[in-house]
Parts: sequence; structure tokens; C-alpha cells
Amino acid sequence: MSAPFFKFGLFGNEVSLIVAFVIGIGFGFFLERAGFGSARKLAAQFYFRDMAVFKVMFTAIITAMLGLFYFSWLGWVDLSLVYLTPTFIWADLAGGLILGIGFVIGGYCPGTSGVACATGKMDGYVFVLGLFFGIFAFGEAFPWIAGFFNAAPMGQITLPQLLDIPYGVLVFFVVLIALGGFLLAGKVEKYFAQEDAGKAL
Amino acid sequence: MDPTIDTLSVPKTETNKKVKVKAAQPYWNPYLSGFGLGLVLLSAFVIMGRGLGASGAFSTVVASGVNAIAPHHASGNAFYEGYLGDGTTSPFKSWLVFEVLGLIIGGFISGALAGRIKKTTEKSEHISFKMRYVYAFFGGALMGIGAKLARGCTSGQALTGGALLNVGSWIFMLMVFAGAYGAAYFVRRQWL
Repeated sequence: MSAPFFKFGLFGNEVSLIVAFVIGIGFGFFLERAGFGSARKLAAQFYFRDMAVFKVMFTAIITAMLGLFYFSWLGWVDLSLVYLTPTFIWADLAGGLILGIGFVIGGYCPGTSGVACATGKMDGYVFVLGLFFGIFAFGEAFPWIAGFFNAAPMGQITLPQLLDIPYGVLVFFVVLIALGGFLLAGKVEKYFAQEDAGKAL
Repeated sequence: MDPTIDTLSVPKTETNKKVKVKAAQPYWNPYLSGFGLGLVLLSAFVIMGRGLGASGAFSTVVASGVNAIAPHHASGNAFYEGYLGDGTTSPFKSWLVFEVLGLIIGGFISGALAGRIKKTTEKSEHISFKMRYVYAFFGGALMGIGAKLARGCTSGQALTGGALLNVGSWIFMLMVFAGAYGAAYFVRRQWL
């Protein structure tokens, strides 16, 4: 088996759009199943009331990471053909911070706002308008911020390469950290549920 | 249907209009939905050699809008140009645009099957609808700027890059949580 199939020419651009549509359906389906069409459910993560964002995200990450690791180990997937977004430290740091602040204020992220709109959330539609405005503002400011945007380029680099740790070892550590996080998330939820119950009395 | 479930669930998400009183099913266990999401991501890797995304599709819409109104302005800007392509094919014939169209359909299918399609606005009872919309717009704008600066959002960077152990994505992800937890206190009345 030679994967990624698209990179090995199993199908062309036109078919890839159908694949995109089908994969998107799965993406939206599971986001909605998790409750991520609801801003209150998403925002609860940042008040320790409901750690679903963390749980869902890290379960998805370790699932895909482990799958990819075993497939490449078996020689089924050529990892060098899977696209990696290049790292630019300053833009990644600042972008993540701004996005995080926008997340708790707006209640959604781009993907979940699509699900919110699909399930009738009016604030989801307003969020999307804001999203368009933000992207437009970024586009208009781009000539002035291009220097910062492209500062400190590190190229396409993974943590195993950066830290010089074998891929499998790092995968193992990430799984351990995630499992520890799940355990902790459960305890945190329980603690705050008791706090809230205490307040209500 | 048990009517007590409805009286409990209705006040939480204020309903704009009269809706059919029908209890929505509970959400799935987060580990089960996460596993499903992970399999979708894994299939994107294996079939396409790329991960998931979302903000890129919104950028295509913005770039096309600017191009329609002021084509010279758009073609002179490297950011818009990146989404417009060389002009031989429509910018909307892009992988992310089709993926996000699917995402909307998939979200609708899941919501419809669970009885969760409802015209509502998500907020606590402590703030007005107007304030919620102001927050939603402002937060969305910040989200747009952040996602473009970081070359991806929660889908393209955090999920995809997280699974690929991408250095920039892990930096990004830590900063997202830092930013959101840091700002949470100031907007708590909106949610709690």
C-alpha cells in the first residue's frame, strides 16, 4: 500500500474535491456530536466546568498520531509526503495568543462556527461576520506585518527532529501526557461541580 | 418525551422563537467523539497527505470578495493573491472550501439526527443578546487575525499539526490555551 494516495497519483484534483467534501462531513459530524456547535459548551473549558475541548482535541490528536505512526512504521504511509505547516516562532506565538483570546470572547473557532451556523446558533452567524472582518483586516495590514509574519523561520520541523528524540519515543510521551491530562481533567471537573453545588446551597 | 427535560434545558439557551418542544439528545462522550474526529483526521492524512482545516476556506471568501470589488488592490497584495491562485481556475475550487461545505452539512446531519437544530443564541442569562453579538463579532475578528497570523486555526494548526508533532503547532496550541484562560476572567459574565 502506498499512501498518501493522492500524492501517489491514485486520483486527481477533481476527485480530491469530492474527498474533501466527504471528509468535511465526517469532521462536522463529530464536532457536532461532541457538542462543539455550542459556544457555552466550548467556553466552559476555560472556566474548568467542562473539559470536553481538551478531551476531544487530545483524543483526536493521539488517535491520528498513533495511526500515522504505525502506518509509517509498517511502511504504508510515506510521512515525508504529508504536508507540514512551516514553523515561524513569533507568528505562531502571537497568532495563538490572539486566537485564544478571540476563542473565549467569541465562543467559537472557525470550524466550530460552521457547525454552530448549521445548527441554528445566531451568535455563530455573527461570529462568522467577525471572522470575515478579522481576515480582511489582516489582509489589509499584510504589507506592514509581512516582516513579523515571516520572522524567525524554522522551516518544516517536527518535535522529534528539534529535540533529537526518536519519533516513537515522543509519540509514547505525548500519549502519556494526554492520559495524565484526561485523569486530571476529570478531577478538575468534579472539583468545580462541587464548588458550584456548594455555592448554590 | 419527558416534559421535565425540556423545562430544564430551555432556559439555558434562550430561544428567539417558538420552537417545537422536543428534548435534544445528550452529546456523545468526549472520548468517543474525539476518537471519531481522530479517525477523520487520520483518513485525511492517509488519503490526501494533508490534515483538516477551516480558516483557509473563510480566507478564500474574503480574498474573492476583495478581488470582486477592487481587483487591482487584491492582485497587489501577497496575502489575497495566495488565495486567488493564477486565475485559471476558480478560487472556490479549493480543497478547504469543499471540506468546509462538507463540515456544515455534517454538522447539520448530526444536529438533525439528535434533535439539536434550533434557532438560539448561546449566552448566559447575565448579558443581553446585543452584548452577546458584540462579543461574538469582536471575538470572531480576533480569531480571524490570530488564525491568519499563525498560518492556521484550531483545525489546521492545533489538531493537524498536533498529530504531526509539528513544532509551530505545539507552540500555537499552548498559546491558544494561555490566551483563552488568561482572558476568560474578563468575559465570565457572558458564559457563567
